[in-house]
Amino acid sequence: MATVETRDIRKLFGDVKAVDGVDLLVKEGEFLVFLGPSGCGKTTLLRMIAGLETQTSGDILIGGQVVNDLPPRARKIAMVFQSYALYPHMTVYRNIAFPLKAQGFPGDQIPQKVEWAASTFGIGKLLHRKPRELSGGERQRVALARAVVREPSVFLLDEPLSNLDAKLRTSARDELQQFQRRIGTTTIYVTHDQVEAMGLGDRIAVMSGGKVRQLGSPQEVYNEPADTFVAGFLGSPPMNLFERDDYIAGFRPETFLPVGLHDTSEPLVTLWAKIHRVEHLGADRLLYGTMRDTFPNEKVIINIPFTVEMQITPGEVYEFAVKEKDIKFFDRSTGLRTEPRRFWEKRS
Amino acid sequence: MSKGMYKAKAWGAKGGNFGILAAFIAFAAFPFYWMLMTMFKETRDLMNPNHNPYLYHMRPTLEHVRVLFFDTLYLQWLWNTAFVGFLVVLITLITAIPAGYSLARLTGKTGERLGIGIFLTYLVPPTILFIPLSKVISSLGLQDSLYSLVLVYPSFTIPFCTWLLMGFFKVIPKDIEEAAMIDGHSRLGAFLKVVMPMSIAGVLTVIIFTFTLVMQEFVYGLTFITASSRFTVSVGVPTFLVRGDVYFWGSLMGACFIASVPIAILYNLFVDRFIAGFTVGAIK
Amino acid sequence: MTKHTQSLADNERWLGRVMIAPAIVYIVALVGFPFFLALFYSVSNITVGSTETSFIGLENFRHLLHNRTFLRALRNTFVFAFVSQALVLVLAKTLALSLLKDFRGKWVVRLLILLPWVAPISLGSIGWLWILDSVYSVINWTGRALGIFGPATWPIWLGQPTLAMASIITVHVWRLLPLATVILLGGLTSIPQDIHDAAAVDGAGFWRHNFQITIPLVLPIMLVAMLFGVVFAFTDMIVIYVLTRGGPYDTTQVLASLAFFTGIDGGDLAAGAAIALFLFPVLAVSAILMLRLARRTEVT
Repeated sequence: MATVETRDIRKLFGDVKAVDGVDLLVKEGEFLVFLGPSGCGKTTLLRMIAGLETQTSGDILIGGQVVNDLPPRARKIAMVFQSYALYPHMTVYRNIAFPLKAQGFPGDQIPQKVEWAASTFGIGKLLHRKPRELSGGERQRVALARAVVREPSVFLLDEPLSNLDAKLRTSARDELQQFQRRIGTTTIYVTHDQVEAMGLGDRIAVMSGGKVRQLGSPQEVYNEPADTFVAGFLGSPPMNLFERDDYIAGFRPETFLPVGLHDTSEPLVTLWAKIHRVEHLGADRLLYGTMRDTFPNEKVIINIPFTVEMQITPGEVYEFAVKEKDIKFFDRSTGLRTEPRRFWEKRS
Repeated sequence: MSKGMYKAKAWGAKGGNFGILAAFIAFAAFPFYWMLMTMFKETRDLMNPNHNPYLYHMRPTLEHVRVLFFDTLYLQWLWNTAFVGFLVVLITLITAIPAGYSLARLTGKTGERLGIGIFLTYLVPPTILFIPLSKVISSLGLQDSLYSLVLVYPSFTIPFCTWLLMGFFKVIPKDIEEAAMIDGHSRLGAFLKVVMPMSIAGVLTVIIFTFTLVMQEFVYGLTFITASSRFTVSVGVPTFLVRGDVYFWGSLMGACFIASVPIAILYNLFVDRFIAGFTVGAIK
Repeated sequence: MTKHTQSLADNERWLGRVMIAPAIVYIVALVGFPFFLALFYSVSNITVGSTETSFIGLENFRHLLHNRTFLRALRNTFVFAFVSQALVLVLAKTLALSLLKDFRGKWVVRLLILLPWVAPISLGSIGWLWILDSVYSVINWTGRALGIFGPATWPIWLGQPTLAMASIITVHVWRLLPLATVILLGGLTSIPQDIHDAAAVDGAGFWRHNFQITIPLVLPIMLVAMLFGVVFAFTDMIVIYVLTRGGPYDTTQVLASLAFFTGIDGGDLAAGAAIALFLFPVLAVSAILMLRLARRTEVT
């Protein structure tokens, strides 16, 4: 187990800044997720930590030791790749044993270790198969077993669930988290899927344009986005954002409810919206509409739980309300969070 | 291992790589460099064992090149090669394009086996066939005629090019032809109107390769042709520019260099496609 | 409603057959037929001028097996093919690995390395003939200038049997290396980068990475390159025709060159055909290996 630290790390590919000055400290035993759209630099950052790419500048520390010049094999890490990168010509057994042999593990103890890793992931019966004879889920487990078997101090996972179908992904996510909790190894996990990130991470580093936009617990990044990028990237549908004067105001679709539904003494802000279209998604009902008065003709999405049975007809105008504290404000030029304003007073 | 050692190792690997490449380049290209050096040297300069062969001790001369072009049949041989090459390319394209498409799309499982069979005939070398073929050529009355080469060369260009073209056709998505057939073309029409225009690069590759194969061929040329004015370059230079024991090294080297290097540059532009077609044919 | 009769242009079965027919006919006529003719010649007494030919059974072969030049040629053929292929494989692997990375001017490097393969081999061999010349050899001059060769040493590269064989092998390697390298390079680039990364993270060093990951993965394509190389080296007579004409004293003769000198220069077509046919078993084995390889790659 170890901490992982990056200090002002940068990576240039020609003129492109893939990673642009990242400072991070991953705590011991922590599960940290790099979340961001494709091309945001998350995979490059992970590969630099693994030693597969060399940073243009900055330092990487694993367990408090600078590892800039160490090759991957000397960094005491294990990595699971998006494609799993199983060795196609080796059986499952030899795949799992490979890192042990490579690191000069005593030969007589290898079978035992392989058995242990394989049984941890329930693939004990597949040891004599070749990767091409396995299903996607089985391959993913082999990749995990191969990573675990050497008992690394840091786990690096690069979108390891993205090649699984939706159902399998949910159960694999659950197993992965339980497993990480049990062995308590520091883990860095790269994904573009916010559901995965929210579900798995102790903390999430939201990345864009080679920079970490926000680092915090899933609740923090969701409820208190640091800038408009984070606000717009997280949540499905994302936060409604309205530009006005020199600021941007926003609230999440599920905080904006028909006015009578708020059962609270907290101060509310009421706004009118015309609904154009209603989507029934099972657990939720999504309303697509445009705002009236305060933000004329700005588009808005509203998410009402299916338990609310109120009749809503497209084409009608309704009165909605949002708690004052659920409205977030951002600077219009920088996109960063600012102090709350009170745009609603102007109305009266 | 210490960090310094890892760093030193990384630098060592880089330098080592450079050294390896330099050594291989020297090995591969030296004979051509040497041809270039020799073709402009005075014979007296060449034939003096005390002269450093890497340097010019006399002024470079164009005499050898002049002799080559005006006093020998070199130009005639180049022309013969181009003539044979052109006709062989034509015959190869006419037969190999439909055959490659047929194997890629129309013949299914049988075609797969047939394709491998055709490819394997490429492994039957001229060395086994030149003796019976010499008899065949003479009974056709084609001995000493360039047409003997035009007739025989496709026997090795067709198998190879069919295989290559099959590879190129296989990577064209089937949807495109199916769309064309729904839009009103017949199968043949879809091939001619849609697949062919998409395969121009592949066809160009085949042309280049057929031509280089023709240029390189030696055994048939040596066997079927005896009149010096009807040689191709690859046969004419080594047999006729060497008269008895007298080697005209300057002209000889010029002849080799001029015939080799331009085609090599052309070939280099297409070599990636060649490898792609080659391996796709083997795997898909 | 108009009735659409299915024309040839739509009938895939027939279209497929018609389109492939010309190629098959050509190959049968100019590869298949001469091949059987070669089989027939080898059991006959045909010569260039002969009008009547009779069947003499295995007489030609029996003759050959008592012919010392032939036995020498048979041995040389194997030595040249296998020694040069072994060298080519090792060198091609090394070269392909160092060409794998991208760097500036790579295309020039590749052009230079491909030159020996693209240039007509008869012309390339003449280049070597000059380099290996008995009097003006640049190798000898350089060796002496650098002090490697003493004043009494002046190797006659093509005039001494052992040196002549080494020279021929060198030229074969020179000639076949580019193709093997390019094919191997194709194989190497088809290995996903993830696999190399996984091996690096898993702790594999240079040798383990090479022998347990890279080489097993390019093995099928490496075999293809090798088969091609063996067939080329095995059936080539150009290098020998240009460099030594089989000499000195037939010590560098191979089956292909001997078949030429016997059958065409000497006019004894039957004996020539019989000599050439000794190449056939090796080619057949190559063909079978090739087929099995093709099948194996289909499975994966």
